[in-house]
Amino acid sequence: MKKLDINVHHITRVEGHGNVVVNYEKGVVEDFRLEIVESPRFFEVMLRGRHITEAPQITSRICGICAVGHTTTSLRASENALGITPSEQTQEIRKIILDAEFIQSHVLHVYFLVLPDFLNVGSVLPLAETHPEEVKRALRLKKLGNDLCEVLVGRHVHPISMAVNGFTKIPSVKDFQVVLKMLKDSEEDIKKMIDLFGTLQMPDFWQETENIGLTNCEFALYDGKITSSLGKKLEKTSDYLDLIHERVVSHSSAKHVKGEGETYSVGALARLNLSAEKLHEKAKEVLKKYKLSLPNFNPYNNNLAQVVETVHCFYDSIERIENILKKGIRQENHLGYKIKAGRGVGAVEVPRGILFHDYEIDKNGIIVKANCIIPTGQNLANIEKNMKKLVPEILGKSKEEITHDLEMLVRSYDPCISCSAHFLDVEFK
Amino acid sequence: MKPKLAMFSFTSCEGCQLQILNLEKELLEILNAVEIVNFREAIDQKSQDYDVAFVEGSITTQKEIEEVKDIRQKAKAVVAIGSCACIGGINAMKNFFPIDFVKKQVYGEMGKYFDTLPVQKVSDVIPVEYEMHGCPISKKEFLSVTKNLLLGVPLKQPHYSVCTECKMAGNVCLYDKGETCLGAITRGGCEAVCPTFGDSCHGCRGLGEEANIQGMVEVLRANGLTEAEIKNKFSYFNGLMNFSEVTK
Repeated sequence: MKKLDINVHHITRVEGHGNVVVNYEKGVVEDFRLEIVESPRFFEVMLRGRHITEAPQITSRICGICAVGHTTTSLRASENALGITPSEQTQEIRKIILDAEFIQSHVLHVYFLVLPDFLNVGSVLPLAETHPEEVKRALRLKKLGNDLCEVLVGRHVHPISMAVNGFTKIPSVKDFQVVLKMLKDSEEDIKKMIDLFGTLQMPDFWQETENIGLTNCEFALYDGKITSSLGKKLEKTSDYLDLIHERVVSHSSAKHVKGEGETYSVGALARLNLSAEKLHEKAKEVLKKYKLSLPNFNPYNNNLAQVVETVHCFYDSIERIENILKKGIRQENHLGYKIKAGRGVGAVEVPRGILFHDYEIDKNGIIVKANCIIPTGQNLANIEKNMKKLVPEILGKSKEEITHDLEMLVRSYDPCISCSAHFLDVEFK
Repeated sequence: MKPKLAMFSFTSCEGCQLQILNLEKELLEILNAVEIVNFREAIDQKSQDYDVAFVEGSITTQKEIEEVKDIRQKAKAVVAIGSCACIGGINAMKNFFPIDFVKKQVYGEMGKYFDTLPVQKVSDVIPVEYEMHGCPISKKEFLSVTKNLLLGVPLKQPHYSVCTECKMAGNVCLYDKGETCLGAITRGGCEAVCPTFGDSCHGCRGLGEEANIQGMVEVLRANGLTEAEIKNKFSYFNGLMNFSEVTK
């Protein structure tokens, strides 16, 4: 008889708190759960009584790492509630900011949080000694994403000028020229990043699952139709609850979510599975170089998918900026809209997957009801499903190795647990 | 031996920790001067031995109260970082609703299993050596405070308001544009970054030492804001202040 309890408290190198608890007895898997012990924030309640125009900045504070993602989703929900379609220029600039967040977030994850696993060092700190060039390159690329946000919207952690129907300050021609140069100066770093991650061997594991994300005529991040790989495609964003079913589970303050099937995954790999053919040509080349077959159901490959998306966002933002500079920048007045009662849903792809904000407002624009569904919450059930399959496959390994493999699995989803609007520490006795 | 720094995170978005990671140019230099022994967002290592603890986030559960007290016992200096830790920040909006209502609204009947208390700032629970304000903190302030801590230079809050820095930045006053702003009563140190990007000051760095709150309320009234709108404006980041006591 073999008895093994693995309990990894506060998995480090994920942003937020998460516990892995695996009980394994008599060769039978008895209990698997990813325990979320983050303190709950209760944003859905905090938004009540606030004006709709405040929602983007308040919800930005749900997560510092996905601040642009929450702001953008909130703006889209607010604008849908008010019946506003922002100008093409506004939408283009938002897409560039979103690209910048993908670059900074993915680089942070794959270099600082994932790479140490593959180079067998505990964290990025020893990496700075053994691989100084790689660490400096990672810092430069992360800085690129942040600098883009800093020049265009004030900063990345809680962008300042992104507002309902436009910007409180529209970036100037010079601002765009500055960021274009920053991007072009970084191309060599991007190429080196592609090469480095091409050398990593992802662990073998395969488990088919449903993917959910946006699809559109372009690689859908800012806008698109909510789509399931099992076939459902929603015409209206506001019908998202027809596909996305939230439920509270006792061991996690992040709510678990069901799609058409029992579990599903969102994020970089899910997006590639749904619409890789819409990627920028340069990103498609990386896909080919990495020999990533699609659809791909090895969750560890989410790490490589993030590199592919970084390349996409890098070249996509260059093209959009060049386009803006060609067309010229209009000083649009963003304040010309009326407040009215209504409901609005925003669905946007953020680095970790599809994010939903849903608001109801009264005739004065005051929020009476709010709901946010975050990517990590959507992935939790799928992570547990993966663990359940993985543990019996690796039972021959030592306790340390099993723990390491499980941590790597959780990390590959890039679980930004702090961004969970709902979080708790439940102890059931 | 290098001084040991530890980062701890309580109820927050963890954006202030990220601001420290966002010091890309200075990060490797910082690591030459100090040893970072606790930083869950970036490293595996967890140590109980540290000199300076940076504490992010508000205190909202019994467990967090115990943890932050433990940190106080172990650290020679505790620095609260960010609005959540220093003044309650956005989190404090929760305190305007009864706790049971809050739990039920988000988790339904399961809500009763969730441990959550009214939001407290860190200094409500333990004494701190310094409060680094802002949502998020300023990267520059983190560098200067860390430097001063290492050199043993006394730490001082900026004594001027956001308004002063806004004038220095050469911005047109938001009141001249027909908008309202809390820059006049808010502690400076942010270089008025929000007004520079066209947004008003929401008071994330807390009230300045000699803030004339009554005067601010009268200005807001004169600019057409209702009592409810004024209260909302103050409670954006400063929800822990007792609004009815300071205004008449």
